[in-house]
Amino acid sequence: MKQPFYFTNSCKVIAFALIASASFLSCDKKDEKHNAEYYENITVEGQKEAELTAPPFVPKPVGDRAATKLVVNMEIKEIEGEMVDGVKYNYWTFGGSVPGSFIRTRVGDEVEFHLKNHPDNKMPHNIDLHAVTGPGGGATSSLVAPGHEKVFNFKTLNPGLYVYHCATAPVGMHIANGMYGLILVEPEGGLPPVDKEYYIMQGDFYTKGSYGEQGSQPFDMNKAIKEQPDYVVFNGKVGAVAGDNAITAKVGETVRIFIGNGGPNLVSSFHVIGEIFDKVHIEGGEKINENVQTTLIPSGGSAIVEFKVDVPGTFILVDHSIFRAFNKGALGMLKVEGVENKKIYSGTTQEGIYLPEGGTIQNMPKENGAAKSTTAKTVPEQIKSGKELFGRTCFACHQPEGQGVPNAFPPLAKSDFLNANPDRAIGAVLHGLSGEITVNGKKFNNVMTSQNLTDEEVADVLTYVYNSWGNNKTVITPAKVKAIRAKPAPKPVSAH
Amino acid sequence: MLQKRIITGFLCFISSTLFAQEVKMASIREGFFVPLYGATSKKPVKVNTFSIDVFPVTNAQYLDFVKKNPAYSRSKIKGLFADKSYLIQWESDFNFGKNNLNDAPVTNVSWFAAKKYCECQGKRLPTMDEWEYVAMADEKRIDARAKENFNKYIMSWYEKPKTYLNPVGQTFKNYWGVYDMHGLVWEWTSDFNSIFLSGESRKDKATDKNLFCGSGSVNATDLMNYAAFMRYAFRGSLKANYTTKNLGFRCAKNK
Repeated sequence: MKQPFYFTNSCKVIAFALIASASFLSCDKKDEKHNAEYYENITVEGQKEAELTAPPFVPKPVGDRAATKLVVNMEIKEIEGEMVDGVKYNYWTFGGSVPGSFIRTRVGDEVEFHLKNHPDNKMPHNIDLHAVTGPGGGATSSLVAPGHEKVFNFKTLNPGLYVYHCATAPVGMHIANGMYGLILVEPEGGLPPVDKEYYIMQGDFYTKGSYGEQGSQPFDMNKAIKEQPDYVVFNGKVGAVAGDNAITAKVGETVRIFIGNGGPNLVSSFHVIGEIFDKVHIEGGEKINENVQTTLIPSGGSAIVEFKVDVPGTFILVDHSIFRAFNKGALGMLKVEGVENKKIYSGTTQEGIYLPEGGTIQNMPKENGAAKSTTAKTVPEQIKSGKELFGRTCFACHQPEGQGVPNAFPPLAKSDFLNANPDRAIGAVLHGLSGEITVNGKKFNNVMTSQNLTDEEVADVLTYVYNSWGNNKTVITPAKVKAIRAKPAPKPVSAH
Repeated sequence: MLQKRIITGFLCFISSTLFAQEVKMASIREGFFVPLYGATSKKPVKVNTFSIDVFPVTNAQYLDFVKKNPAYSRSKIKGLFADKSYLIQWESDFNFGKNNLNDAPVTNVSWFAAKKYCECQGKRLPTMDEWEYVAMADEKRIDARAKENFNKYIMSWYEKPKTYLNPVGQTFKNYWGVYDMHGLVWEWTSDFNSIFLSGESRKDKATDKNLFCGSGSVNATDLMNYAAFMRYAFRGSLKANYTTKNLGFRCAKNK
């Protein structure tokens, strides 16, 4: 290594040599990094039973405690659960949850692992912990019959976040039924403290029926081999980390998610919509990447992601292989409460129509709205259906109270432009409107697209608008709309 | 030792004369088959003609046995012969209680106890090959292992909870006239531990290359192996003093 490659001009080689010699130097420094051999030889102090938690929660951090003898009592249960409303699935679990109980250790701990197979279970099981250095990761020593217990010991040598899973044949089936979880081996002194810590694991499920098919759904080996899951979910079922079960944080807090992927097949592109991971322990190891949008989590692998939440709102956790998120269930939620910070995120300040081809009217379908109404509505009925229609069609620009958006969309509330000429208003809805207009003394130069509405709908929505927010209570009838529709569309104002 | 055997034999003689006639047995004709495990060089193994109980042993039958042999009652059995969950679902030594049907299969019985029971009926436990030979029959065929529905039936049991509470004889009657080989409980065989599976399947796989690798889809043979594998894996996890809720037994007899 000391002999530079004089015969080559490659900068890379020289750079490599420099880096290599620099790292040799750093070995002489005092804060040398401990390796597995070091941790193999540290002695343990005392004994305690490991706290185990069901997702999305994690046990208390190890902090600065010394390495200890840690007793883990893990019970295997075969239980019927619900994949999504009305869909029953027979899960095989470590500790009664999918993923299994979270195990938190520190490097150098001597773990005495008790694997208990509940007497009601039908299957023998075992456990392979990726944190274990030894044959089968413990699997060769832990095959346990229903109603029995196996004990084995291991010492944690490498800090990191590791997957554990059942490795009894057929392995894929045991994993596909939910037999996986995470074991964290914290470094000496523990991970830096954060405000919130959560535990989430992705998994793919293969059922006889397709997504949402009701009733009890058995495991489908063929689909599993073809790697065509019906469900891809966080924490064992659709919605396990959403709605009322969402994970939470407050503005300003730092959130750490221990995220794993049980597979059995798919690799996860883990992403939180609207957040950037400040730090990612890549693949659950020691190396930290910063400012990451989406991190890849291998099947049988993990990552530790950390981010500070700066603004309130609901942040969606997804596998960014996005059909899995919106069609197969890989969707979770982080709800953040607190005060808004407009500097970081303003919300919508302006909505405009984007017209790359110029200021002409958008050619929305312009078929003649067939008046399907058989009985004429009363005015209150018109207002009622008009209000619903306004909520679907108009409010995005004109805003819920008709107040509009300054400099972008004219107000409909107390609008002189509107009240002056109902025929013009009908025409605007039917054909659109573009060019400069003056509303309540303010100039607007924008485009309103023509709306694909029936005569009756146009009548209803305009009647609602005219009877709201201080307007002049004009009533528009479908017949009137029909009459205006029959006339040719007016030229854009700007053309005059 | 010899003396003990004679005494045991004598006690069993009494009970066998009392009960042997009551239990229906089916006659199994000799034949050859290739079991999933245990056949060297994948050549068919021969199963000689024998008889096997039509149903697994029930709570009522086992209670009679325990009454005749109090040494096999829950409180008296030697720790060597059965672990702590032996007959734990029963109410007491000589009462299986209201939660267990008299005609439901007895479970939580160790291999030692099951063996003893059969000996006291003048019978023995079936061998693994005998058991598998009978279990490969569906209603119409001696060997239905390649039938997809047959395998699906077997595997559907894995997902049905608490079947050990069901009465015997509710599943299908197979070609030999035997019930409940599938769909009720696991069953002991005399040589359950003669095939060593570590349960660490990736390691086992080295010797069973065809079992869970190689094919892009599950064909009937895979499915059949997969259904049968569960039984071998389950047996592999047992020790002779183990008792579990889903494990019962039935007896066999030479012809």
